[in-house]
Amino acid sequence: MPYLEIAPAPRVSSGLGTRRLMWEVLVTLIPVVATAAYYFGAAALLLIVATTTATMGTEWLLTRRSGKGSTRLGDGSAALSGILLGLCLPPSTPLWMALLGGAVAIILGKAVWGGLGFNLFNPALVGRAFLQAAFPLALTTWTAPQQGFWTLAPSVLAPPFMRAATDATTTATPLGLAKFAGTFVPPETLILGGIAGSLGETSALVLVLCGLWLGLRRVFDWRLPVATLLTAALFSGVLQLWGDVAPGPLFTLTSGGLLLGAVYMVTDPVTTPLTPRGMWIFGAGVGFLVVLIRTWGGLAEGVMYAILLMNAVTPLINRLTQPRTFGTGMGAK
Amino acid sequence: MGLRDMLWRAQTFRHGIHPAEHKDTATLPIERMPFVDEYVLPLSQHTGAPSRPLVVVGQKVRRGEMIAAPDGYISTALHAPVTGTVAAIEVRPHSRGVPSPAIVVRIDPFASQRLEIDADRPTAATTPKELIERVQRAGLVGMGGAAFPSHVKLEVPEGKKARFVILNGCECEPYLTCDHRLMLERADAVITGLRILMRQVGAERGYIGVERNKEDAAAALTAAAVDGGDIDVIRLEVKYPQGAEKMLIDAILHREVPSGKLPIDLEVVVNNVGTAAALADLAATGKPMIERVLTVAGNAVRRPANLLVPVGTLVQQVLDHCGGLRPETRQVILGGPMMGAAQKALDVPVLKGISGILAFTDPVAQIAEEPCIRCGRCLAACPVFLNPSRLALLARAQAADVLAAHHMMDCMECASCSYVCPSNIPLVHLMRLGKAAVRSRKASR
Repeated sequence: MPYLEIAPAPRVSSGLGTRRLMWEVLVTLIPVVATAAYYFGAAALLLIVATTTATMGTEWLLTRRSGKGSTRLGDGSAALSGILLGLCLPPSTPLWMALLGGAVAIILGKAVWGGLGFNLFNPALVGRAFLQAAFPLALTTWTAPQQGFWTLAPSVLAPPFMRAATDATTTATPLGLAKFAGTFVPPETLILGGIAGSLGETSALVLVLCGLWLGLRRVFDWRLPVATLLTAALFSGVLQLWGDVAPGPLFTLTSGGLLLGAVYMVTDPVTTPLTPRGMWIFGAGVGFLVVLIRTWGGLAEGVMYAILLMNAVTPLINRLTQPRTFGTGMGAK
Repeated sequence: MGLRDMLWRAQTFRHGIHPAEHKDTATLPIERMPFVDEYVLPLSQHTGAPSRPLVVVGQKVRRGEMIAAPDGYISTALHAPVTGTVAAIEVRPHSRGVPSPAIVVRIDPFASQRLEIDADRPTAATTPKELIERVQRAGLVGMGGAAFPSHVKLEVPEGKKARFVILNGCECEPYLTCDHRLMLERADAVITGLRILMRQVGAERGYIGVERNKEDAAAALTAAAVDGGDIDVIRLEVKYPQGAEKMLIDAILHREVPSGKLPIDLEVVVNNVGTAAALADLAATGKPMIERVLTVAGNAVRRPANLLVPVGTLVQQVLDHCGGLRPETRQVILGGPMMGAAQKALDVPVLKGISGILAFTDPVAQIAEEPCIRCGRCLAACPVFLNPSRLALLARAQAADVLAAHHMMDCMECASCSYVCPSNIPLVHLMRLGKAAVRSRKASR
């Protein structure tokens, strides 16, 4: 008789694994990174490689002695955090800051919580928030796109903790222009790209296509990005009707980090609610906070803080939106 | 009730999963498994107290003769599947994993094995009370898998009434096709059984829920039910676990069985189509439950089939009849792939509640468990709207009181959560541990 294996039911499974989910997301980041490289040149690739090296290296250092026999690099989450951190940095960020931000993203954003699945905040955004707090000037200095592939802002290669030579080519982001100068970049430019800003937020079109792909393949729950974008559009639409300074829904959706955040960070399963109603609340909260910060805050951009704030209340949202068990409450009749 | 339900109410329940169907045996007619030398009949093959043996070693028994009597109300009788001699009453391997007392019947190779028509069979004159007693004596159990003694469901408790009888013809587990073939080939028996059930409990309407991947069976039942408009064949969306009692009632009557209550609290009685056919056979000839239809399938089976197998035939013998297993066989499951139990050996007998023998050559996925990423897929799959992710953590902590407060006992172990989990967390296994923790806490109080 053959040797028969025993295992708990069920024998069949959907075949969709954590690793595959991570790799699916990583694959859709290829066009986003390519767009960043197209507009910002080698600096984009250098920065993304730097953040990713830092996150993966830190993850390796911290998990190689975890006693599980192997490191956790294979699940792809460290690589994902690294690329996302790189994508939300300005193109003139010094490389050493990128490396530092990557290490902080893994240490403070994930490892101290207990590793993958236990972190409260999005690791990439923790790294970004750390850099913004520590180096506010470098993280709000923007260079214009399309200056030639090999043209690096001098600050990129600046040695650690040294003030870089003043960059002559700095410019303002569309959101900065809208907030502080009252001028609006036309939507077609925002949609196609070629604007100043963080590496990953330049082309709305690429981000929308990647988001559609991931959503249709059920890699993430569609409720999260849809709730975020819908709320941001509605809220900014309402503001536009009442006050004529507000930029309106189309500009709000296509400018700044909103799409990057909605497609790649609001959809992070770990740091967002797991109940369907909770997902709607989370997304709505992010959309609302983004418009709130952009309109009345001191910053031109608000996606990072909006998501981190909603990350903080995710356990509470989960608790308040526990599903109604079948045959209880309204359903039992 | 959600917005979606108000706008569009499909003939199904909410949540659930769509595993690959693999119903390749659906076109194979039911064939009779030939007799073997020896039959092993465990005294416990139904929910409730084990049967009490009525025979002694060496005693001659007739096919269909009662060899063990019900021991209490939630218990049922056991019958000789062949004419022969009681060879032993001893502990034998059991598919539950724990060897259990069984009556071993050795066939008489010269006996005709003809089943005599029982003069004591139920008729139109039989009172409901007599039928309950008769069904218990015939050893009928639910044939969908739980093997709950059928006579218990035939009694409407004091102060309750039954307006609807629902027959479960969903067969939502992948691979299994025995109910499909039964409905197709014995539609008349299924309808007759349903009418007996309806008359017995005083129901005004009968429903048969059939998934849309069995249109031919649904058509056969509709044709068989032609006289009288009190029976509806309901075509249901193909979805797992559509055949779970609560899900079936929700799909057909759009009502949720309250937590901790039974279908009868909604004036509903649910039975499997196989049970209805067995009831019709009992009424026609007095035949007790001595055989059942089961599906033999999976890529390790050389000749898959739908077989009418005498209860007590060893799994090994059934597989031998189907051409034997391929040498590279890695796993054998009794029941469906979602809820069936993997077996460590094949010397266990076919029981009344076993609907399939599945054998596979591909190894059990040995993918390591990953950390929970809180994606919520298990919540979206759970048909009773639990939070398996959270319950799994609580089960690991054996937090019985918190588990109970989170409706742990409403879990019916359908394994949809395990199926969808991208982190390979053995969720349904943890749900069972959680339920055990709640039960033992209750018992210790």
